[in-house]
Amino acid sequence: MNNHLSLKDYKSLKDLVCKLILDIAPEADVQGLDPNEEFREELDLDSMDFMTLLDSIEKETGVNVPERDYVKVNSLQSLTEYIATRK
Amino acid sequence: MKILTMPSFGADMAVGTIVKWNVKPGDHVSKGDIIASIETMKGLIDMEVFDDGIIVTLLAGEGDELEIGYPIAELQLKHEEDSHSNSEHIVESVDPHSLEVGSNIAVSQEVAGHSSDSQDVVGKVSRVPTDAEEKSSDSLNTLRPKISPAARSKAQQLGIDWRQLPQGTGPDGALLLGDINIADKPASHRVKDPSDMMRNAIAATVSRSKREIPHYYLQLDMVLDKTINWLSHHNVDLPPSKRILSNAVIYSAIARALTAFPAFNGFYHDGHYQPSEAVHLGNAISLRQGGLMVVAIHDAQRLGLAELMEKIKDQVNRARNGGLRMSEMQDATVTVSNLGDRGSDTIQSIIFPPQVAIIGIGRPRTVPWVIDDKVTSATIISMSLAADHRVSDGHSGARLLNKINTLLQTPERLV
Repeated sequence: MNNHLSLKDYKSLKDLVCKLILDIAPEADVQGLDPNEEFREELDLDSMDFMTLLDSIEKETGVNVPERDYVKVNSLQSLTEYIATRK
Repeated sequence: MKILTMPSFGADMAVGTIVKWNVKPGDHVSKGDIIASIETMKGLIDMEVFDDGIIVTLLAGEGDELEIGYPIAELQLKHEEDSHSNSEHIVESVDPHSLEVGSNIAVSQEVAGHSSDSQDVVGKVSRVPTDAEEKSSDSLNTLRPKISPAARSKAQQLGIDWRQLPQGTGPDGALLLGDINIADKPASHRVKDPSDMMRNAIAATVSRSKREIPHYYLQLDMVLDKTINWLSHHNVDLPPSKRILSNAVIYSAIARALTAFPAFNGFYHDGHYQPSEAVHLGNAISLRQGGLMVVAIHDAQRLGLAELMEKIKDQVNRARNGGLRMSEMQDATVTVSNLGDRGSDTIQSIIFPPQVAIIGIGRPRTVPWVIDDKVTSATIISMSLAADHRVSDGHSGARLLNKINTLLQTPERLV
């Protein structure tokens, strides 16, 4: 995790990502999700859902995840850290 | 006069409930106006009107659950308004407060009692305005208790003597479907679960398809690397909202290829095939709560990739959250079934009648592939075609798949 990021900030960012996921997949069990699992697989998000998620993340945080970085944001943990380090 | 009926939003729908009327008797409507919201097992759909005219009467109330084909409103067409002064008289005679709903329902239920064929009902009910003119609604009121056709049918089905029931919640105390359902309290456990309804409707459609349509199946593996490379170049500096997914390129290639293969794009009715010039590409969208719906991308062959992408996103969103239009539910001339990038390698689909073809797209996967006598790595998709042998043969089906494959090798031309 980014050294500059407090646990509290990380937590609130993770909550934001979870909320944005729930906007797309209201039935997703984000609480029961292992933050290190591949969340698209776990939560059944297809490529369209994922792009919609990245769109809302960009609107909420200003962080744009380019396609070449998709492999770096596979899990809830890695996605949250990715945003945190670029915010 | 035109009778508007409970529309079908796809072959897998049996009933709909009017949630809200956006019009009242006397309102002028234009083609494309949304006149009602209809709750179906596929969610809330906006019902459009396809003619210019004046709403004369509403034959069903908000909350009524009706079978498809059931009369729900009368529309005086614009040209009738211009040429027949007696039609105008009917409009003027309508009291917007009583809506004339009671009397018209009373007449239509009489008709419905004689026939279970909804087409027949529609034909006979079109005479209703004349009857309503001749008899005052008061005389009808005293003749018999009022009940909506759907309520009467439901009461019969449940063995309830509706004449013994207290006044209903409809106009002038007419019994509506909801009243019968309430009267049927002991059977409240039988309340239909929407997901069961959707499952039953899908079952009915695919069973009919497999019973009536002699399917044949073809499949072709297509290298997707050109498309993927072109897209990664195209998307590199774009924000997520502007990026194009490979789905859009594949759909575009399919739509454009189909324009040259009319035997796969159209409707088969009563032993006769009618090809369609426009490709209204039905996108099979899976719903998160289970089930699926096919939503038509109108004139998909004319859309550029960015437009097509926007359309797909918008429709997926509305399929899941409500707000699809009736025409989007009815017009698909061919369907694409795509299990997504994490689905399975292949899918063999079942044709949605009255269409005559469905194209299945498997997930992209990386495989060893031989190019110029050398084994290399390639990303491919397996595309399947299920088509109706009454209309086409495997030879032309194979040519269609090969044409789609060719288009996918030059994605820049689809922009």
